[in-house]
Amino acid sequence: MLKILKYSFYDLMRSRWSYVYFFFYLLLGVVLLFLNNNLSKAVITLMNVIITLVPLIGTIFGVMYYYNSKEFSELLLAQPIKRTSIFIGQYLGVALSLSMSLILGLGLPFVFYGIFMSSAIWDFTLLLVTGTFLTLIFTALAFNIALSNENKIKGFGYAILLWLFLAVIYDGIFLMSLVFFEDYPLDKLSLIGTMFNPIDLSRILILLKLDISALLGYTGAVFKQFFGTNFGLIISITVLSLWVIIPTYFIKRKAERKDF
Amino acid sequence: MIKIKELHKKFGKNEVLKGLDLTINEGGIFAVLGPNGSGKTTLIKSILGMVIPQSGTISLNKKTIKKDWEYRKDIDYLPQIANFPNNLSVKELIKMIKDLRANNTDKDLELIELFKLGSFLDKKLGNLSGGTKQKVNLVLTFMFDSPLIILDEPTTGLDPISLIRLKDLINKEKEKGKTILLTSHIMSFVEEIADEIVFLLEGVIYFKGTTQELKTKTNQPDFEHAIASILTDSYA
Repeated sequence: MLKILKYSFYDLMRSRWSYVYFFFYLLLGVVLLFLNNNLSKAVITLMNVIITLVPLIGTIFGVMYYYNSKEFSELLLAQPIKRTSIFIGQYLGVALSLSMSLILGLGLPFVFYGIFMSSAIWDFTLLLVTGTFLTLIFTALAFNIALSNENKIKGFGYAILLWLFLAVIYDGIFLMSLVFFEDYPLDKLSLIGTMFNPIDLSRILILLKLDISALLGYTGAVFKQFFGTNFGLIISITVLSLWVIIPTYFIKRKAERKDF
Repeated sequence: MIKIKELHKKFGKNEVLKGLDLTINEGGIFAVLGPNGSGKTTLIKSILGMVIPQSGTISLNKKTIKKDWEYRKDIDYLPQIANFPNNLSVKELIKMIKDLRANNTDKDLELIELFKLGSFLDKKLGNLSGGTKQKVNLVLTFMFDSPLIILDEPTTGLDPISLIRLKDLINKEKEKGKTILLTSHIMSFVEEIADEIVFLLEGVIYFKGTTQELKTKTNQPDFEHAIASILTDSYA
């Protein structure tokens, strides 16, 4: 598996898109920090970008890489290599190279700005950790979609729909249900609802860490009580890990049963 | 030795293999023939574990291949369509496959010389012509000295001189006592090279034996007509 990971990783490192992605974050980091000069504001803006952009790039890259490396996979399938290592290796190759672009692209300007001497280091670290989680989650989901759809166009369509659903539509439905059931106690429901969407979970995790939960009103207080404590943090990280582990398990299962 | 028992494979509603039984003994050249869509490639891919059959067993040297992958190190496979990652050069691809199989053979140099691929080594695979890609495909297949060689349409896109070299190569491998399983639509090639014919029709084995036996069975003077007569009979 490590060999496949290595080759996928090198393959992506040679591709232009990894650099575009890297320079985009580099530019974003530089602009936000050196023109804005306010670290916590910069972190909030970054959060908004990361929360929507990282899942989008993860899904698109995941689906694209799978379809583009189909020939390579078929070549590998005839070699004495375990099936699951081929696909898990490719998945990790994509997810890790995307995470690396993110971490380096944002990390470098922050390091030059002097993040290590600032109190915002933990907020920033959390931002990168959730960004990495989101990359792992959405690339895994994308691989699942691609493995189940032979047709490229369909695969891309489903991938975009998935992103649209989790990034936009889910929130809409969630909000509407909160308004609709406002006569009932909703704290449990909203907590659970958040768990089922990794994007929401990451957003709330970061907002609470930034100590601006007051902006969220009553729900903010409930969430703060839950997420703010160490227990809440552990639960959220566990749920995010589950969001990585379960789709990865399905990649393995699908890969074992597919005909090539 | 390959032993296949009661192999069934469906793709959706399309039943390709319908309880196929086949035994292939060690040593010699076996040609799998049959009309388009008769399941030749599906059979080969099942042996390789790329297609997972609904039921039935395949065993290689008395070991069933189900859920196994290490047995593939004893197989060299030439896929039907030479599809390679386009952004790699020929040299990089050969190096990568060697690394993946953890086999540091130097037989590739000999094969590169044989198929005159020297000047293409640094070219990207995406820029090669179909025939050249097929030659690279052949190098990748023959460079590991495995006891079982599976060739799916090895003649596709080759020029006459490369075809002669390929025949020599296949015969040389046979002399080493290897088992070679191949499919082809070029009957003259099959007649010249194959020791035994396996004829697939509608998902089962219709005939297995030498070309001479096939001619006697169908009462035809030459091989091409013998094959054609099976096909016309079955479609009639």
